[in-house]
Amino acid sequence: MRQLSRRDALALGASGAALTITGWSTSASAAAKEAAEQIAKFTGGKTAEKGKVTIELPEIAENGNTVPLSVSVDAPMTADNYVSEILLVAEGNPNPGVATFHLSPLAGKAEASTRIRLATTQNIIAVAKTSKGEFFTNQKLVKVTIGGCGG
Amino acid sequence: MAEKPRLKIPKEVKKGEVIEIKTLLPHVMESGQRKDKDGKTIPRKIINKFVCEFNGKPVFTADLDPAIAANPYIQFHAKVDESGTFKFTWTDDDGTITTAEEKITVS
Repeated sequence: MRQLSRRDALALGASGAALTITGWSTSASAAAKEAAEQIAKFTGGKTAEKGKVTIELPEIAENGNTVPLSVSVDAPMTADNYVSEILLVAEGNPNPGVATFHLSPLAGKAEASTRIRLATTQNIIAVAKTSKGEFFTNQKLVKVTIGGCGG
Repeated sequence: MAEKPRLKIPKEVKKGEVIEIKTLLPHVMESGQRKDKDGKTIPRKIINKFVCEFNGKPVFTADLDPAIAANPYIQFHAKVDESGTFKFTWTDDDGTITTAEEKITVS
């Protein structure tokens, strides 16, 4: 049996590492795909227009167990034209769903805040639906130091 | 799990004013992702729905997923045109319902 040369050993190691990386990216994109599916279900297949939605999140979340999040939509809240729903999804969590807010004109202002869990560094996407059937979206990247799932 | 919810809401407002309402219910929000010492998954147990009504009319509802942190905190707004009562309802996965009411006066 031929002995492995130093170069062969390195090549083997490199391909192993490449495999690991590919494995990683598939699982990450699976979560993102699930998030995209959830958004498509929410919009009924329509494309949401980018803008009008603002997501406030810390740039770096040290503790993924509780991350403050605010979402607001720059749109009127009158009886016949208002923001009726806001969907929040996290692309990198085991389950992408975070919350769905349903608003009535009585809410007065299309804005809500909560505290969320984040497993890892990822994009948070918000999609707003108006009573007229328009969709607006935006996303924000948040870096997570210590994940808040499992444990 | 009959923990008392915490609410922050003004008692008196001017007609037509948009107020901020802060709510928090002490709850573990067990995500269903964690494992116990023996490696068994701890079953999910979360508050999955929050509803706020004013004089019986819906104001704000939230469908919550396990990604909401423990002790779910929800802040939102309400436009107050008349005196009345805000009613808040939290629904647990196990069917337990926690409610709270708060009166508000339009001056």
